[in-house]
Amino acid sequence: MTAAAPETVETRDAPALEAAFEAAVAADERIEPRDWMPDAYRATLVRQMAQHAHSEIIGMQPEANWITRAPSLRRKAILMAKVQDEAGHGLYLYSAAETLGVGRDELLDKLHSGRQKYSSIFNYPTLTWADVGAIGWLVDGAAITNQVPLCRCSYGPYARAMVRVCKEESFHQRQGYELLLALSRGTGAQHAMAQDAVDRWWWPSLMMFGPPDDASAHSAQSMAWKIKRHSNDELRQRFVDICVPQAESLGLTLPDPCLRWNEERGHYDFGPIDWDEFHQVLRGNGPCNEQRLARRRKAHEDGAWVREAALAYAAKHTGAEPEEAAK
Amino acid sequence: MSPAHAAALALGDDALILSHRLGEWAGRAPVLEEEVALANIALDLLGQARALLSLVGDEDELAYLRDERAFRNVQLVEQPCEDFAATVARQLLFSTYQHALYGQLAGADGPFTPLAAKAVKETAYHRDHAEQWTLRLGDGTAESHERMRRAVEGLWRFTGELFQPVEGLPEIDWQALRATWTERVTDVLERATLAVPTGPQSAAWAAGAGRQGVHTEPFGRMLAEMQHLHRSHPGATW
Amino acid sequence: MSTTDWPLWEVFVRSRRGLAHTHAGSLHAPDAELALRNARDLYTRRSEGVSLWVVPSAAITASSPDEKDPFFGPAADKAYRHPTFYEIPEGVRHL
Repeated sequence: MTAAAPETVETRDAPALEAAFEAAVAADERIEPRDWMPDAYRATLVRQMAQHAHSEIIGMQPEANWITRAPSLRRKAILMAKVQDEAGHGLYLYSAAETLGVGRDELLDKLHSGRQKYSSIFNYPTLTWADVGAIGWLVDGAAITNQVPLCRCSYGPYARAMVRVCKEESFHQRQGYELLLALSRGTGAQHAMAQDAVDRWWWPSLMMFGPPDDASAHSAQSMAWKIKRHSNDELRQRFVDICVPQAESLGLTLPDPCLRWNEERGHYDFGPIDWDEFHQVLRGNGPCNEQRLARRRKAHEDGAWVREAALAYAAKHTGAEPEEAAK
Repeated sequence: MSPAHAAALALGDDALILSHRLGEWAGRAPVLEEEVALANIALDLLGQARALLSLVGDEDELAYLRDERAFRNVQLVEQPCEDFAATVARQLLFSTYQHALYGQLAGADGPFTPLAAKAVKETAYHRDHAEQWTLRLGDGTAESHERMRRAVEGLWRFTGELFQPVEGLPEIDWQALRATWTERVTDVLERATLAVPTGPQSAAWAAGAGRQGVHTEPFGRMLAEMQHLHRSHPGATW
Repeated sequence: MSTTDWPLWEVFVRSRRGLAHTHAGSLHAPDAELALRNARDLYTRRSEGVSLWVVPSAAITASSPDEKDPFFGPAADKAYRHPTFYEIPEGVRHL
């Protein structure tokens, strides 16, 4: 249900409400839109769902960059369907955010004016066709690692949106892997193209899990609220462990000389991440920040007359042709 | 080339090129819901194209290795249509044609019957989508009306070619097709408060048009973009 | 709400014949006709449905969490409404 902003409750005192909220979260119950919730919980959710939705929408651009140049009709169909899914996922997530009483237009305004962020990974360019594969394998792989636990997030509408997103996204990663495999096993030029893409996307993908746990501003509270279920470093490690054998099967090398199995930890060790680059890209100094935002703004502004026209038409005609009653 | 192959190529190229043009909208649609809608239509068309081209030969060889003059699509589908109104107008003019054409093919007993039975359902939805938007833009605001009017008038000169008989489709009654198309397009335009253009429906040039492999200037550029990666790696598999 | 913000609609999908429509999510549309079409494009593109309802979100009246106890509490102690409340001797069938 997306209806209605929460009501102000005066009949029950705040401590009792807060206790009820905490008890529900502790019991792994879901919080639903009209339930009382702490302001900070609400703000965190709106921020996170909006950022997630924005990432889906901005994330269409680097891949859409290759739709018109896809090298086979099969790949073209797959890519179009994938980019379409991203629009769909953005829509599911904006809907989830709207259950907390913020409109999509308001959120889009915040994206367009730079007041809300999207995932920094989309500020990197797609320079070759192989980048489409690397995004599917690594970027979507990292996203799935992040997202699967969100299906159990304490906020009901977000968890439900994520169930749908994860279900649909399972093809995204596989198509990327398959695409890279075809390149890796293809001509020398194709193999080189695939390796180059992996070289460029590997480190930014690791950054997708966010800053290390000891430097992550929001992590601890989000974990306590069960918005988040695992720490950034935990998820990053899980991702590295999954990717190493996958890269071997691909016949491609991950660009990290420190990567080796650590028997004692039962995990792969990996080299230091360039957090300076991460923070710079986050602050706007990535290779594509301006381009991505400008294109998004332009699409929105160019479409304004269309959205106005549809509203004007609806105002003239509503009620004229009633839809058949529900049966 | 056999007449049936020639027909498959003409219809397949129509679908392939329009799908490509719609694919250009990805990330640029006026509202997110429309991103999803346009992609659905583009994917239907790409599916039709692949089925049709595969009747003739290898779909990728045909799509990526033919030169401009070997493409047999009508010029209407290759127009850039960067304004949403132009895209809607093109969808109205073309999906009405495709729907009527596949309707006839589905009812006949020929090599395209099974394919047409599927396509007729898809194109019914494409027509509906175009109609809904033509109504809203034509009868929306003064600006949208004006954009829509210009779009329909601008594309009108590419519509005559739709009714030029295609070799290999003996089951089609082209005159009836034209009559159905004109009636349906007129009906939608009128309900959208738009005038039916009175100008010519084809250019005065003896060389012909898309069905003869004669295309418009933007088409070469479009193909250059579409084909360059495939052609840069001869013999590669993807 | 800005001038170009389309209203919100709730979407209900019947996944196959014989099942009820269930809530799938929401979307924006200027009117009911486009809401239905947007719902078709967004919520059934993987064959998830055979029928759709769209309802303006503003038309839904929801029970309030405040009323949770008075609304739903009283049903909790009426175990006799459930078949498992009754003990039937072993061997009695079709009951």
